Amino acid sequence: MAKHDSTSQDDGRSIVSMRTMEIAIAAILLAFGATFLYSSYRLGFRWADDGPQSGFFPFYVSLFICVASGATLLQAILSKSAAGQASFVERGQLKQVLKVLIPAGLFVLGIQLIGIYVASAIYIALFMNLLGDYPWKKSVPLAVAISVLFFFMFEVWFQVPLFKGYWNLTGWTGF
Amino acid sequence: MSDLNLLFHGFAVVLTPFNIGLMFLGIVLGVIIGVLPGLGAANGIAILLPLTFTMPPTSAIIMLSCIYWGALFGGAIASILFNIPGEPWSVATTFDGYPLAQKGRAGEALTASFTSSFIGAFVAVLLITFLAPLIARFALQFGPPEFFSVYLLTFCSFVGMGKGSAWKIIVSMMLGFALSAVGIDIVTGQLRLTFGFPSLMKGFDFLIAVIGLFGIGEILLSMEEGLAFHGVPAKINPKVVLETWKKLPRYWMTFIRSTAIGCWMGITPGGATPASFMSYGVAKKMSRDGDKFGTGVLEGVVAPETAAHAAGTSALLPMITLGIPGSPTAAVLLGGLLIWGLQPGPLLFAEKPDFVWGLIASMYLGNVAGLIVVLSLVPLFAGILRIPFSIIAPVIVAICAIGAYTVNNAMQDIWFMLGFGVIGYLFKKLNYPLAPMVLALVLGNNAENAFRQAMLMSQGDMTIMWSNWLVGSITTLAVIMLFWPLISRVLKAIVPAKPDKLSEQRPVE
Repeated sequence: MAKHDSTSQDDGRSIVSMRTMEIAIAAILLAFGATFLYSSYRLGFRWADDGPQSGFFPFYVSLFICVASGATLLQAILSKSAAGQASFVERGQLKQVLKVLIPAGLFVLGIQLIGIYVASAIYIALFMNLLGDYPWKKSVPLAVAISVLFFFMFEVWFQVPLFKGYWNLTGWTGF
Repeated sequence: MSDLNLLFHGFAVVLTPFNIGLMFLGIVLGVIIGVLPGLGAANGIAILLPLTFTMPPTSAIIMLSCIYWGALFGGAIASILFNIPGEPWSVATTFDGYPLAQKGRAGEALTASFTSSFIGAFVAVLLITFLAPLIARFALQFGPPEFFSVYLLTFCSFVGMGKGSAWKIIVSMMLGFALSAVGIDIVTGQLRLTFGFPSLMKGFDFLIAVIGLFGIGEILLSMEEGLAFHGVPAKINPKVVLETWKKLPRYWMTFIRSTAIGCWMGITPGGATPASFMSYGVAKKMSRDGDKFGTGVLEGVVAPETAAHAAGTSALLPMITLGIPGSPTAAVLLGGLLIWGLQPGPLLFAEKPDFVWGLIASMYLGNVAGLIVVLSLVPLFAGILRIPFSIIAPVIVAICAIGAYTVNNAMQDIWFMLGFGVIGYLFKKLNYPLAPMVLALVLGNNAENAFRQAMLMSQGDMTIMWSNWLVGSITTLAVIMLFWPLISRVLKAIVPAKPDKLSEQRPVE
């Protein structure tokens, strides 16, 4: 099927069921709990001469994580209720979420490389343009204005220097 | 009566032009935060907290707590005019608020909601004024076991009073504790749970978690539901306000009931959301117009709003007296106190009376200022919701990123924030509550220290938790709370309860 042929019916299709997601997340949490448990076991979770060892508190905390996520996992596996069959996320919804999440990831990468101000301006402009269908002549001035406002707010008024990035593109301002 | 003198002294502290300016700034920012879905009180304050590091602590707490009041007011605007709750505690306000607005009575609904918010908050502040010094004086005798038992009660209450799966509440809470333990153990100096990653040495800052979980997570959820908001126009003028005020005294019983529910749920860590639902449910049951609830009756707006504000405000009582916050927002404020070098708890009253009484005085003035601001500026705030989400969403993400960076001036925190955002989205969808995680992350170190000290006192003997009547009764209550899901199931088997449709609509926080 051609790419542009994604109908609204297609968007309503469930990607993954509630039950599968419940099982997956509980399993991940169980794995986390087990790793923490092992790590605090290695630290020492017993009673030393000078009181409880470093791993004492984390040990019991991770024990609780294991028990509780194990119970959630079991409940999810054993459950046959209709609620479990319900959709966790539909195709259209996932698209919307990824449309925000992926640019947000790129935005953070952008901050790392070119600093908060420049990355914010590009991010806001692109977001408005691609997701909000705004023309460039509206999105670019607004995005730049917001970024300049941030710049004055933080660098000038509050005197809180923000991250300028690996390649400092705002170095010429002297802040 | 020395407390009253201290309160008046507090008013004197607040009534400087600088502090009053900050108060109004805080209220306006707070209402904006409350109106916008995706920006809540907890993460809004978390983002702005680093900007207050250079201010005097009293001015800073005045501004931040005013953001909180503003957000409590603002949630109602989105609920009534747009049928989208700006905050979880205003979900119950949509039940009758939006139908009223559709009937063209938006002005009435808004006035009723703001006024009842104000009354709920006002009673809660009165409660704080008279109860806080007493509790603080009493808590001065607390030793490590007592403090640990209070922590235990706080966390067990989440299990006992929370909604949804008890296992999920425990997982979320314990995950918070585990994350708080990451990094250098301050007692022994050992590295814990860092798995050899030097970047984890400093541990996870709860502000980052709050900004990610509530900010980014919320944006992802809002995206899923689509971008367009359809609102009802807001018209509010002095005539409507006065006419509504004439009607409100009729609901005096609802006010009393809702305030009592709210104050109780706020002090015990039930929080504003369950309080608003419980209050709506009780009002529906007790009211003569009970059947008309949901079609647009004023009482259905009064009940949840009064309770939500009373709960939101009284959540600060355990925070300033014991150092134990009753809500995620109170937890963020508590984090602020720690950063400003103030140790919340009973000693605060003795050592920093200016700060404590300035804060309490600002609660009175802040709520009056809030009422004036929201009543006069409603159309402006409603206008914010008409800005398309495709402009607001990237700006909120950028603000979250800036906020996350300013906490420790660390780039990696922005990545952590994004990670917490994904966790927040997944957890919200699977009904894992987020509030216990945030509170555990904030209180983790304190709770662990109290536990360690208590254990040192008793040489590892757990029975110290029952060593006197005070610590014993708190611990016992905590244990009952922890097993409440089981106990209530047994009780239900004996006395079958009627299915509660209302509570199904309550969001898991």
